[in-house]
Amino acid sequence: MKEFKYVIKDKEGIHARPAGLFVKEASAYPCTVTICKGDKETDAKRIFGIMGLGVKCGEEITVKVNGEKEEEAMAALSKFLEENL
Amino acid sequence: MVLEGKSVFGGIAIGKLSVYGKKDRQVKRIKISDTEAEAERFHSAREKAKEQLTVLYEKALKEVGEVNAMIFEVHKMMLDDLDYIESVTNMIRSQEVNAEFAAATTGDNFAGMFSAMEDEYMRERAADVRDISNRIISVLQGTAEGKELGGEPSILLAEDLAPSETVQLDKSKVLSFVTKKGSANSHTAILARTMNIPALIGVDLEKLEEAEGKLGIVDGYEGKFYIEPDGETLSRYKKRKEEDEQKKRLLQELKGKENVTLDGKKIELYANIGGVADVANVLASDAGGIGLFRSEFLFLESEDYPSEETQFGAYKKVAENMAGKKVIIRTLDIGADKQADYFGLEKEENPAMGYRAIRICLDRKDMFKTQLRALYRASYYGTVAVMFPMIISVREVKQIKELIAEVKAELDQEKIPYKDMEIGIMIETPAAVMISDLLAKEVDFFSIGTNDLTQYTLAIDRQNPKLDNLYDSHHEAILRMLKMVADNGHKEGCWVGVCGELGADTTLTETFLRMGFDELSVTPSMILKVRDKIRKLDLGKCSG
Repeated sequence: MKEFKYVIKDKEGIHARPAGLFVKEASAYPCTVTICKGDKETDAKRIFGIMGLGVKCGEEITVKVNGEKEEEAMAALSKFLEENL
Repeated sequence: MVLEGKSVFGGIAIGKLSVYGKKDRQVKRIKISDTEAEAERFHSAREKAKEQLTVLYEKALKEVGEVNAMIFEVHKMMLDDLDYIESVTNMIRSQEVNAEFAAATTGDNFAGMFSAMEDEYMRERAADVRDISNRIISVLQGTAEGKELGGEPSILLAEDLAPSETVQLDKSKVLSFVTKKGSANSHTAILARTMNIPALIGVDLEKLEEAEGKLGIVDGYEGKFYIEPDGETLSRYKKRKEEDEQKKRLLQELKGKENVTLDGKKIELYANIGGVADVANVLASDAGGIGLFRSEFLFLESEDYPSEETQFGAYKKVAENMAGKKVIIRTLDIGADKQADYFGLEKEENPAMGYRAIRICLDRKDMFKTQLRALYRASYYGTVAVMFPMIISVREVKQIKELIAEVKAELDQEKIPYKDMEIGIMIETPAAVMISDLLAKEVDFFSIGTNDLTQYTLAIDRQNPKLDNLYDSHHEAILRMLKMVADNGHKEGCWVGVCGELGADTTLTETFLRMGFDELSVTPSMILKVRDKIRKLDLGKCSG
């Protein structure tokens, strides 16, 4: 299992559109992907789960990847966050 | 009855009110024995709903652009969400209920979760969840989404409008949107702006249904909504609406057209502005450039003399935004009647004829040089020209040119880039008119400030209401002066324009053209009216 932290820079936080795009990105990999904010954790392949975290600008999330192709998934998702959020 | 709302787009709409009722989704709970078949029914409805969303996405892409169309992509992802799917199928299997009921209940549960969130944006997403559930239910029940809008175009009243509802509306039947809920960033607001129709949100209307079929007025300028207005209000708004439409027609017909008379005489039409924020108006008005950019605002808005950097930033921004079109910036024109405290100007008996404009600048040379430096630096980023107010003598112009030479030498030494700007003066004193032949040898252009020129020439204080009936800007003395300035300017190769209020006086447009003026600079809202006038003139014919 691998994990990394990221602080959201987008003014609106993780809103519906990037949440949807993140799901698409995460779903492209066979490994499990989870997002945590504080003590809340959710499956990153589920849009309602991500939106339900209610992540706002300036808040830190932890992305965990576990399983097949986790290295690639981590690189791709970290790039996605940098570019979109 | 008149109600207040928050306007998301200006304009006036008058028409019949039509209440957009959500289809009453009568979802009954039915006991199902073959739960696997029912789950399968849900899955195929889900696929069908996703197909609908793909079509809606394509439609929205064309109508409101990618960013706003994205909501339908998000809806598709929501329909693919495993939590959502599992919740519905579990309910079908464990409670042995029909797919409609399971989808409706799940939609309500998820919407409840969003409604409880503290973030306003997320709370609004509750509508999206209900929207996708309703879509599935429509497919399951085999009913069409949305309301058929009747024959005549109407003002649409609703609690709130879901994105899918707004996109599916027959736009030719909607005059305006009025909703009880919604935010300035809601889909309704975005759509209204894209469609260029007035819209109000947050209108506190108790019983929506009672308005159905009544006459209504939406005032998108003032944020007012009238139901069954009285005759006086109605005729007032009808008039306002006609004016609006006339303006719009003019805009459509005249945008991008040349300022040319029927017999081929051309003239430049520029805009007068008083701040950086007005540039958007200038571009929207289709002006050929900025003929008078009053630099006073930079000085009046600040607590101390604005720095070179501040001024440079403002001038550069205007030059860049005008993208190569000419921007004529007038140097500081203030006096005891219009000043900032830090100038420390003493009260004067007669400020119009007092210590003001170029007289202050040539006295406080450091301040003036700072402005000139900022202007020359900004000249590099577009087509900037500089103009000096209140000139009465050749000596003043020569002094200004000496200071300009100093500024340019400094910039050269510091290797700061600049362009050679056109230099012009305002002709607004009778003295400048009388020696315009001499002044023309010193500068590249003249711009006549008719307001001050009229007051100085006729010896009429514009502030004195007792003299209003004597103030005649069409006075023969003024018209002769205009002709004299145009002729003297042209003899020395200067171009000559008018930037006072008279420039926008369409009863004089023909006179200006016949005198051979090269440019008129008017307030942005007058550009198209003056252009309209020019295009209807034929100078080959005798004036009537």
